[in-house]
Amino acid sequence: MSEVHDGSHEIEAHTDALLPDPGLPEHTWRPTDVDPKAEKRAERQVATLFGLSALCTVLFVVSYVTIRTGVNGPTILGWGASNVTLGLTLGGALLFIGIGVIQWARKLMADVEMVELRHPASSSEEDRSMTVAALQAGLEESGIGRRPLIRNTLIGSVALLGVPAVVMLKDLGPTNKDVTESAPYPGAGLEHTVWRSQMRVVRDVVGTPIRPGDLEIGDLVNAEPEIIFGKNKGVPVPEDQVLEGADLQIAKSKAATVLLRMDPDDIVNDVTRNWSVNGIVAYSKICTHVGCPISLNERTTHHLLCPCHQSTFDLADGGKVIFGPAGRHLPQLPLTVDDEGFLVAQGDYPEPVGPSYWERNTYSLEQVAKNYATKTGEETGQ
Amino acid sequence: MSVDTSKVASSNGTNAATTTTKSSRLGALASWSDERLGLAAMGKKNLRKIFPDHWSFMLGEIALWSFVVLLLSGVFLTLWFKPSMSEISYQGSYAPLRGVEMSDAYASALHISFEVRGGLLMRQMHHWAAMLFISAMMIHLLRVFFTGAHRKPRELNWVIGSLLLLLGTLEGFTGYSLPDDLLSGTGVRAADGFMKSIPIVGTYISFFLFGGEFPGDSIIPRLYVIHVLLIPGLLLALIAAHMLLLVYHKHTQWPGPGRSETNVVGFPMLPVYAAKAGGFFFITFGVSALMGGILSINPVWKFGPYDPTKVTAGSQPDWYMGWPDGALRIMPGWESHFWGSTWSWNIFLPVIVLPGLLFTVLLLLPFLEAWITGDKREHHLLQRPRNAPTRTATMVALMTLYACFWLAGGNDLIATKLHSSINNITYALRALVFVAPCVAFWVTRRWCISLQRHDNETLLHGYETGIIMRSPEGGYSERHLPLSEAQAYTLTVRDRGRVGEEDELKPNGRPTLRSRIRTLYFDDDVQKPTIQELEEARAHAEHEAHAVATLEGHSADGHQFDGHHLTEDEPLRGED
Repeated sequence: MSEVHDGSHEIEAHTDALLPDPGLPEHTWRPTDVDPKAEKRAERQVATLFGLSALCTVLFVVSYVTIRTGVNGPTILGWGASNVTLGLTLGGALLFIGIGVIQWARKLMADVEMVELRHPASSSEEDRSMTVAALQAGLEESGIGRRPLIRNTLIGSVALLGVPAVVMLKDLGPTNKDVTESAPYPGAGLEHTVWRSQMRVVRDVVGTPIRPGDLEIGDLVNAEPEIIFGKNKGVPVPEDQVLEGADLQIAKSKAATVLLRMDPDDIVNDVTRNWSVNGIVAYSKICTHVGCPISLNERTTHHLLCPCHQSTFDLADGGKVIFGPAGRHLPQLPLTVDDEGFLVAQGDYPEPVGPSYWERNTYSLEQVAKNYATKTGEETGQ
Repeated sequence: MSVDTSKVASSNGTNAATTTTKSSRLGALASWSDERLGLAAMGKKNLRKIFPDHWSFMLGEIALWSFVVLLLSGVFLTLWFKPSMSEISYQGSYAPLRGVEMSDAYASALHISFEVRGGLLMRQMHHWAAMLFISAMMIHLLRVFFTGAHRKPRELNWVIGSLLLLLGTLEGFTGYSLPDDLLSGTGVRAADGFMKSIPIVGTYISFFLFGGEFPGDSIIPRLYVIHVLLIPGLLLALIAAHMLLLVYHKHTQWPGPGRSETNVVGFPMLPVYAAKAGGFFFITFGVSALMGGILSINPVWKFGPYDPTKVTAGSQPDWYMGWPDGALRIMPGWESHFWGSTWSWNIFLPVIVLPGLLFTVLLLLPFLEAWITGDKREHHLLQRPRNAPTRTATMVALMTLYACFWLAGGNDLIATKLHSSINNITYALRALVFVAPCVAFWVTRRWCISLQRHDNETLLHGYETGIIMRSPEGGYSERHLPLSEAQAYTLTVRDRGRVGEEDELKPNGRPTLRSRIRTLYFDDDVQKPTIQELEEARAHAEHEAHAVATLEGHSADGHQFDGHHLTEDEPLRGED
C-alpha cells in the first residue's frame, strides 16, 4: 500500500472529459453551521432521539418480564403481544440510536467535502523489483530449484496427503451397495422397500386394513404397508421387528402408497389391470421426479399431480407421465386380497421407487411386468 | 481548498483538533497500545480516509449489516436449538401438536417459538435478516455492474462478491432446512433427488451426505455444522477480503466537478462516515427487529413435523431458491436409459448444470467485458448505465432470464390465482425463457441509446424550461436554456467509443472474432458531441437569446394581455 507517487508510477486511468473541470463547487453552509439556534435545536433533537431509544429499551425489559409468551399469551390485534411488543420496543431502541447518530452526522458534524488522491492499485516498479529479488534470493537459498529430488518428493508426499483427507470421508455413510447387500434394516437399498408378498395395505395414520368394498369409485386413500404400524395380519410383530427411528423414516420414505378405485373399464393398460383388484390400483406415492409425495388427485380423470413441480401421472395407464418434468411412470404395486378379504401386496414394488439415480436399470412398463412375472414365477416354482 | 470557516458555529470547526499533549488517561491508553501494536501508523492513513457519498453505495452496507444481525440472532438461537433427529413425543405448550412424534430439532424450534421469551422474535429476525442479506447482495451486485464499478482494478472484488452471493444462498438453504418441519423437509427431499441425478457419483453423494438412505438421522446435525460453522466462516473471511480490497482500491465515485479518476471526494471516515455507517447498522438492526415483531415468517408450527409420506400443496422454497426450482418445473421430462444406467437430464440440467453455468457467467462478466473492449485502464469514475448500452442490456437480459425462471417457480400459484391452465402457463414460460431475454436486451440497448441521444440534445440545445414562446409570426416553440457549467462538465465525462487497442486483421484480411464482437458492442453508441459542435451550439444559443431578448421582461403566456390588466411591470415567468 505504498503511497509513493513518483513520475513513473501513476494511475493508468483516464476518462476523456470534453470540457475543462470547473472544480469543486463552493461549499454551502447549513443552517446548523451558521445559526446557533438551529444548532442547539439539532443538538436537542439528537439527544431526544437517544432518550427515546433508552425509553424503548426500558419498555423492552418491562415487556419481557410482564408479558407471557407462547400460544396462550395475551394478544394485540390478534398478534402475540409478547412478540409484537418485544419487536417494536427493540426496533425502536435500535432505530432511534441509528436515526440519532445519522442526524448528528448530517446536521452537526462538518459536512465539508474533502479530497484525497488515489494511488495506483499496482506497486511501484521499485517495489516490484525488490520483491522479485527477495523472492529469488529466498528460493535460491532454499535450493528448491537446484534440488529437484527434494522438491519433487515433497510435492508428491504433500499431494498424497489429500488421499487420507478424501478416504476418511468414506464412513460418512454406507453406500447404496453396502446397505443393499448387508440389509441392516428391512427394505434396505434403493431397489427395495418394506413391501412383501401378502403384506396388508393399511390406511396411513390410523393403520386399519382395507377391504375392496370399503372404497367407492373415485376414492383416493393414502396407504402404508402394515409393518409400518408394527403389525402383521393385525397381530403385533415381535419387538425386534418393529421399525423405529431412522429405519421407520427410511421405510416410510419409500413404501408410501396411494390407492385409487376407478371403474375397471376405465383402465386402459393391461399391466395396470392385472395388478389391480376390482378397479383398485396402488401406486408409489413418491414422485419419480425428485421424490415429493404426490397428493393432488383429479377424481374424474384418474390423474395424480405432484404439488412440488406439477408432474402429472395417469393412474389408469400404468402411471404414465402426461405432463410436467418427471421422466418416468409411477411404479405400480401389484395388489391382491388375502384369505380374510383385505387388500395385500403381491410382493415388493416391481421396480425402484422415487427419484432416478444413475445406477438405476430402467425398463419400460411392459418389460417391468415381464421381468416381474418371471421373477414371481421362479419364486412360486421353487 | 479554502473554506470560509468564520461563519461556522463555534462547536463545529473544520480545523483539526489540537493534538493533546497532556497526559490524559486516553492519551496514556493510546500510547500503551501503540507501544505494543503500532496502531498510529495505520490510524494516520485510515482514520480520515475519504469515502464518497451516494445513496446507491448504501446497498452493500445493508448486506454487511444484515450479516451482523444474522450472526447475533443466530448465536441466540443456537443456545436452544437442538440439531438432533432423535424422535420424541412433543409435550410443549402448542396444543395442536401435543403427543405428536417429531424430531428433537423440530421440537426445539417450537420451544424457541413458544416458550423462550423473545425466541420467536429472534427466529423471525434471523429469517428476515437472511432475506435482507441476500436481496441486498443482489441489488448491490446490480448497482456495481450497471455503473461499471466491476472494471479494473476491482474485478477480483466482483469475484469475491459473487462467491458471497452463492455462499449466502447455500447458507439460507441449510438454515431454513434445520427446523425439520414438513415444508423444509420437502426441500431436503428434493435436494436428495437433485443429488441423485448427478451421473455416476450422485447416489454416493446422497448416501454420504445423509449417512445412508434418505432421510436417515444424520442430515440435520450435518446441515447444522455447515450452517453455523463452515459457511459462516467462509462468509466472514470473504467479507473481510471484500472490505480490505474496498479500502485498498478506495471507493468509486460519480464524475462531477472536481471529481476525477485520480482523486476521491467525500467525507472522512472519522467522524462523518463512521457515524453514518454505524448509525446505519442500528437502522438495519432496528428494521429487522420491527419485521421480526410484526411480520410473521416461516411459522413452522403450522407445517407440522417432517414426514416423508406427506406434503403441503403449493410447496415452495424461499424466494432466492425459486429460480432453479422454476427451471426444474418447466424442464421437459427428458430421461435417457442405456446400458443399465439412467440419465436424468430433466433434473441434472436445470438444477445442477444451469445454476453452475449461470454462476460461471456471472463470475466471468468483468473479464469478458475487458476482453471485448480491450480496455486496460483503471476505472474509478462510475458510468451511467446508458453510457454502456450493451453492458446494461446484457445485465437486463440476465435479470429477465432470472425473472422468467423465478416466475416459473410459481407456475402453480399463477395458475390458481389467474384461473388458467398450468399446462399452458408452463409451455408459455418455456418459450419465454428464450424469447424474453432477447427482447429485453434489444429494448434496453435501444433505450440506452435514446438516452444518450437525449443527453446530447440537452448538451447542445440546453434543457427544456417548460416556457412556451410565441413568435411574432404566431409560431410556438419551447424555450431551452443552457446547462450549468457543472452539469455540462458532468455529462461530457465519458469515453468516445472504442478505447482499447485494436486487433490486427487476420491473415485472410478479415477482422478477428474479438474485433467483430467489439464492433457489435460499441456499434450503435451515440458519441458525445465534439468541442466544435458544442461551440457552434453555444453560438447559436447566444444568437437566439439575443433574438428573444426584446421579449425580456414581458409575460410569456399572453393571458395578461387581455385588456383587463396593466402589463407594464409584468415579469417574464420563470425569470425571477
